[in-house]
Amino acid sequence: MSKMKIVIGQGSCGIAAGAAKVYDALDNAIKAGKLDADLSITGCIGMCYLEPIADVFTEEKGAVVKRTYVQLNGSDAADVFALIQKGDFENEAVKKYEISEEDENNLKSQTRVALRNCGNIDPENIDAYIATGGYEALKKVVSGMTQDEVIDVIKVSGLAGRGGAGFPTWFKWNAAKSSPGDEKYLICNADEGDPGAFMDRAVIEGDPHTLIEGMLIGAYAIGAKEAIVYVRAEYPLAIIRLKNAIKQANERGYLGDNIMGSNFSCKMRIKAGAGAFVCGEETALIESLEGQRGMPRLKPPFPAASGYFQKPSNINNVETFANVAWIINNGGEAFAAMGTQDSKGTKVFALTGKINKGGLVEIPMGSTLRDVIYGIGGGIRENKKFKAVQMGGPSGGCIPADLLDTVIDYKKLSATGAIMGSGGMVVMDESTCMVDMARFFLDFTAKESCGKCAHCRLGTKRMLEILERIVNGEGKDGDIELLEELCVSIKDGALCGLGQTAPNPVLTTLKYFRHEYEAHIYEHKCPAGQCRSLVTYTIDADKCKGCTLCARQCPVQAISGSVKNPHVIDTEKCIKCGKCIANCKFGAISVN
Amino acid sequence: MDCCPECKNNKSDLSLLEPVFKELADEKGSLIAILQQAQEIYGYLPTDVLRCIADRTGIKPAKVYGTATFYTQFRFKPVGKYLIMLCQGTACHVNGADMVLDAISSELGIGDGDTTEDGLFSIKCVACLGCCSLSPVMMINEETYGTLTPTKAVQIIRDIKESEANGGAAQ
Ligand SMILES: Cc1cc2nc3c(=O)[nH]c(=O)nc-3n(C[C@H](O)[C@H](O)[C@H](O)COP(=O)(O)O)c2cc1C
Ligand code: SF4
Ligand code: SF4
Ligand code: FES
Ligand code: FES
Repeated sequence: MSKMKIVIGQGSCGIAAGAAKVYDALDNAIKAGKLDADLSITGCIGMCYLEPIADVFTEEKGAVVKRTYVQLNGSDAADVFALIQKGDFENEAVKKYEISEEDENNLKSQTRVALRNCGNIDPENIDAYIATGGYEALKKVVSGMTQDEVIDVIKVSGLAGRGGAGFPTWFKWNAAKSSPGDEKYLICNADEGDPGAFMDRAVIEGDPHTLIEGMLIGAYAIGAKEAIVYVRAEYPLAIIRLKNAIKQANERGYLGDNIMGSNFSCKMRIKAGAGAFVCGEETALIESLEGQRGMPRLKPPFPAASGYFQKPSNINNVETFANVAWIINNGGEAFAAMGTQDSKGTKVFALTGKINKGGLVEIPMGSTLRDVIYGIGGGIRENKKFKAVQMGGPSGGCIPADLLDTVIDYKKLSATGAIMGSGGMVVMDESTCMVDMARFFLDFTAKESCGKCAHCRLGTKRMLEILERIVNGEGKDGDIELLEELCVSIKDGALCGLGQTAPNPVLTTLKYFRHEYEAHIYEHKCPAGQCRSLVTYTIDADKCKGCTLCARQCPVQAISGSVKNPHVIDTEKCIKCGKCIANCKFGAISVN
Repeated sequence: MDCCPECKNNKSDLSLLEPVFKELADEKGSLIAILQQAQEIYGYLPTDVLRCIADRTGIKPAKVYGTATFYTQFRFKPVGKYLIMLCQGTACHVNGADMVLDAISSELGIGDGDTTEDGLFSIKCVACLGCCSLSPVMMINEETYGTLTPTKAVQIIRDIKESEANGGAAQ
């Protein structure tokens, strides 16, 4: 290599942060002869808070040196990289984009198995995947392992489903393999419904061949000749990249008839979801694949016995499959060596909310929540106080500050009332109202309930009404008890996981933050100052100098008044954004 | 096919569906894929299109409609030129997405699911666009906008309005 190589992160969120503009700026500079470099793309590296990010590889004294530049701008990228090309690394204009040591170490402190290639290789190029040892595991499997041997390696690894429930993967594979019949299906659940999680998106966008390889190994193990990926409709880029990868794999003989010269054949296709959270539940997903309304089926029969069009089927999550090729290559023991007694390997989390360094994180099981939030995540924004972390989305719960040292392990997390979940970790600070959080999730589940069971359909609606009443300051004595009663009956009366777990966000907030419920009901106060019906913004006419600044800043024109005269806020219009308070130089605006 | 007043009003060019039927009509379980492609073509699912799909697939009209209404992706009304998909997922909620919704609703005078009278903007709340680390996030047509504040969101909308007024160079 003599030419400089520039690799730009182009995951969905990188693009949203402006990575495509940076790419275009450099591409134009190269075409105009102002820059001499090979330009390529990669997926999500996980440091989403630093996007747009570029890795630069240069040759110095015979060795390849990698430098990372972050928070780039389309407007000056061409100039910055021209300086880099000249070797002017110490130039202030370049230096200011260089990644800090702290951020660099953040990445190094992670253990990457499922994300091993994300952010390192070009997801649109199969050769880049092959160069990392890609499809070696598939070759090993189809050319010399029996179905049972494959299942055994997975059993030794201790791999458990990463879609939420944490069920042992080998057990499901074995059940599907043992089911009678020739026509079997392998299905990948890429519905990623938890709003606030994007692990699966990152894997598909950043390393689609890892998913394909893992799925093919699974298909071999259970004896399936057809594999289907059910992808969320909201992930257009993931669908494009996966389609492209399937096409490449077909062309190279990794997919299709007689894969790599063996007598194993398997086809793969994509089905786009159509926006229904319940379709992440495996039997509802099957209904949806069959072109029906996505309503869960009664289990048993389990999909392993009777799934897609009544044929034996196995469903796994994207991240589950993303671990498989690594396990075959490195052995089940190597995977099992990471983690705790009950939870093996690593887990990917999408760290978001009021966190300094939001992004994707992969760490060994057995790390603590503190390691993730205060270590890799860099703590809470604006130095505020950490209040709770929400795990498991609508099926999960909030874990409070005094349990920050909880170990990441399926059993230990369940003991808190939350769950491991699929990997969403939404961090909340002192300004987040926990009653509102519960209301938010119930609003979600009430909308997403498929309507099959009365307890779920009506129960979530009733719970939502009570919670809405409470956050609006109209809560009544007895509401908390009524909520608790509904929680129990919904859990008992629901058919599928959606209904059975819908009360969890309420139960955990009641367990750890009951005082916040009580403050809303009995004192008509929101301790976090978030519930908008319980706060009003007013301008103190004595202090207001009529500078008009607030009126100009208000996004909804709720403030009126003429120059040098006291202004007033129309409380009907005010959306309580706080912008006026933050801008008033005279301290004339108050909230209570 | 004038089964009701509604049908009389919508006269879609049904011949556009032919390639879709050719590809998918005989495939088992392809109803959702057909509906998705039809929506691509027409921008929404007009009643006559739904009826045509029922005729050609042999699936009962009630079932076609029942399936389509189950999924939030499908629309039964035309959408504006600019479809604002505003994320109301957990991460965006925690970072103030509801204030962004209030601000753009008040700017456009419409709520979630509605379209402005001039047919320019529609607002649709969605759950998670997968860019949570940039929350709050909205997507207008193909473009994603992150780390929104009410002010920033309103400004983006005003910019689009202005470019439309000046001859409508898209975004
Ligand atoms: C309401 C509901 C939503 C779910 N959503 C998802 C999802 O988005 N992605 C996923 O992989 N699993 C989801 N699951 C779990 C699946 O039913 C299933 O357990 C999982 O896909 C199995 O794969 P695994 O064993 O690899 O985890 C959901 C379950 C329920 C009850
Ligand atoms: S529990 Fe809720 S979502 Fe699940 S099948 Fe019953 S009604 Fe549908
Ligand atoms: S809080 Fe926000 S919406 Fe309300 S008056 Fe102040 S700036 Fe306007
Ligand atoms: S999308 Fe680029 S780091 Fe997350
Ligand atoms: S929660 Fe809004 S993008 Fe994920």
